[in-house]
Amino acid sequence: MQVMLNGEPTEVKAKCTIAQFLEQLQLGRERVAVEVNRDIVPKAAYDSRTISDGDKIEIVHFVGGG
Amino acid sequence: MALENDKLIIAGREFSSRLMVGTGKYASFQQMAQALEVSGAEIITVAVRRVNISDRSKESLLDYIDPKKYTLLPNTAGCYTADDAVRTCRLAREAGLSDFVKLEVLGDEKTLFPDNEELLKAAKILVKEGFTVLPYTSDDVIMCRKLEDIGCAAVMPLGAPIGSGLGIRNPYNIRIIMETVKVPVIVDAGVGSASDAAIAMELGCDGVLMNTAIAGAQDPIAMAEAMKLAIIAGRLSYKAGRIPRKLYANASSPIEGLLA
Repeated sequence: MQVMLNGEPTEVKAKCTIAQFLEQLQLGRERVAVEVNRDIVPKAAYDSRTISDGDKIEIVHFVGGG
Repeated sequence: MALENDKLIIAGREFSSRLMVGTGKYASFQQMAQALEVSGAEIITVAVRRVNISDRSKESLLDYIDPKKYTLLPNTAGCYTADDAVRTCRLAREAGLSDFVKLEVLGDEKTLFPDNEELLKAAKILVKEGFTVLPYTSDDVIMCRKLEDIGCAAVMPLGAPIGSGLGIRNPYNIRIIMETVKVPVIVDAGVGSASDAAIAMELGCDGVLMNTAIAGAQDPIAMAEAMKLAIIAGRLSYKAGRIPRKLYANASSPIEGLLA
């Protein structure tokens, strides 16, 4: 299935959890925040929350700024 | 030293340094980390951005910043509406560990002046959601009072436009703001050199937040130290109480005993 990740179409396995998705992307869960269809997914839900086809996912982190 | 017990308290949290610095615009993460260290700052600002999925080779900011050593203050830079700013703050809280946010809602790309109407709207929502809100605002006394009234933990009026290095353009407004609100007043933006930082502190401000003045200096590490010293000097000078300004001279040496 396909999702929109940070504005780019991305292939994801069916029934993939947020935790598995982050692993696939090689992103540590401690340093990011994840939003699915404009709702923030709490870190505690990463293992249970599954991704659906067509989801709009945003993954953000901290960068240098003033 | 006279400043030993002189702490900056924001939302019940105590800080020894009154200098807050940004993490943007440095030539490298190494340079940034060194500048932060030398500055003595305890609160540092960061921005919230999409992870670059296609290029994962880039190092991460947090590889160079120990979140146990510094209080991270995520900003909402680049947000032009209350909705975007609130969304960014919620993401920042989830990505980090604290409720501290530097709230900025911009009104114009050329000046980066704040849209105070949207700022107030966003601040109200965030305060209700338990955030510790430090809003970047214009040097507007009434606006600062409103931000305090709705529960912001500090007010951060600009000294001059972001990154302009023009210094404290309206010291009288900053002074009136200090006399009007009880929460800490932190000059955010506009500082160009160490003397600007000292002037802000001599006015009695509780702190100064800067990024470009350090990161954009020819030698950012040296400027970080200059800023650290300027903040201390300005604070001491404020606490010491300056002499009144007079138009005419007043001799420092005695008149008595002059050779005839």
